[in-house]
Amino acid sequence: MTKLLEWVSVLSAFVAVWYSLVAGYVKHPMIEKNMTLVIVSPLIFVILFGLYAVSVILYRVFTFNNCEDAAKELQEEIKEARRDLQEKGLRW
Amino acid sequence: MAATALDSEITKSDKYSILLPTYNERENLPIIIWLIVKCLDTSGYDYEVIIIDDGSPDGTQDIAKQLQKIYGSNKIILRPREKKLGLGTAYIHGMKHATGNFIIIMDADLSHHPKFIPKFIELQREHDLDVVSGTRYKDDGGVHGWDFKRKLISRTANFITQMLLRPGASDLTGSFRLYKKDVLQKLIDSCVSKGYVFQMEMIIRARQLDYTIGEVPITFVDRVYGESKLGGSEIIQFAKALLYLFATT
Ligand SMILES: Nc1nc2c(ncn2[C@@H]2O[C@H](COP(=O)(O)OP(=O)(O)OP(=O)(O)O)[C@@H](O)[C@H]2O)c(=O)[nH]1
Ligand SMILES: [Mg+2]
Repeated sequence: MTKLLEWVSVLSAFVAVWYSLVAGYVKHPMIEKNMTLVIVSPLIFVILFGLYAVSVILYRVFTFNNCEDAAKELQEEIKEARRDLQEKGLRW
Repeated sequence: MAATALDSEITKSDKYSILLPTYNERENLPIIIWLIVKCLDTSGYDYEVIIIDDGSPDGTQDIAKQLQKIYGSNKIILRPREKKLGLGTAYIHGMKHATGNFIIIMDADLSHHPKFIPKFIELQREHDLDVVSGTRYKDDGGVHGWDFKRKLISRTANFITQMLLRPGASDLTGSFRLYKKDVLQKLIDSCVSKGYVFQMEMIIRARQLDYTIGEVPITFVDRVYGESKLGGSEIIQFAKALLYLFATT
């Protein structure tokens, strides 16, 4: 099964449950009392997920390792390589 | 006892072919070769470096010839092509001439440091992995020389990709990897995309074909010399490839 089909099947399962609640196929006093909440729940879900995504991404941007040491080490190695290669007779 | 003797027999005959595609890397090529020799000679692994230069106008080819004289034609192998034909086909071209049973792919622009190669090899041997991929996104991995915008784009792209494709590897667009040779051949045969997104497709196909993938955190130092070829069109290419793989794998 492709990833697209996986997403479609999971999403349709959610939509089916949601629709059966909204359309009144499943009856329960709890559902009727909270009908507006049931109706907007997909929207709430999307907003919460968006907030989650934004915070995870920003957290990872700010904690992205800057590798200062690796860059410094490389600069030293470049100098050493140039010296050594010059001795070995490389012309560049 | 017998098993360990056999194991060492096998590992002793392991050979690593490093594919180094170059286009206008005259400044970087001597240094990357020097670093490879430094990092691998001490480790004692058997290796060769295959330089695939696409007729660089800056004379990379001439430098490559000089390096071959210095380090020997059994270590440094030149497989140039007439003109710039792209990265994907450069790997295929280089692999045809590889004599090792393992292939290591890396950039020649000094953003991939050869000091990580022994770590790739150790991890591969420990678990008999089919693919070992360097990752900038995990543990001690990281990047140097990226501003906020580039970090944001890269983290966002990575988040979306992980969510949609669940690839089992954290760095999809990185190109510092070790493959078993026959595995790489099969992956290349099953890949349809060319250019920059080729790396992403390779790792997705690896997951699809049930190959085992390991990861080594790497530090990525953005190119010091030469011009960066990454532009806005890469983002569009990336999005297209992502949707294609999402719908087909
Ligand atoms: N043979 C060959 N090598 C190439 C070609 N394009 C790029 N390369 C090499 O492939 C490696 C990666 O290319 P880069 O230009 O560094 O691409 P990148 O890492 O995605 O982006 P930047 O480092 O930001 O420029 C380098 O060693 C280049 O010299 C090509 O068409 N043919
Ligand atoms: Mg690069």
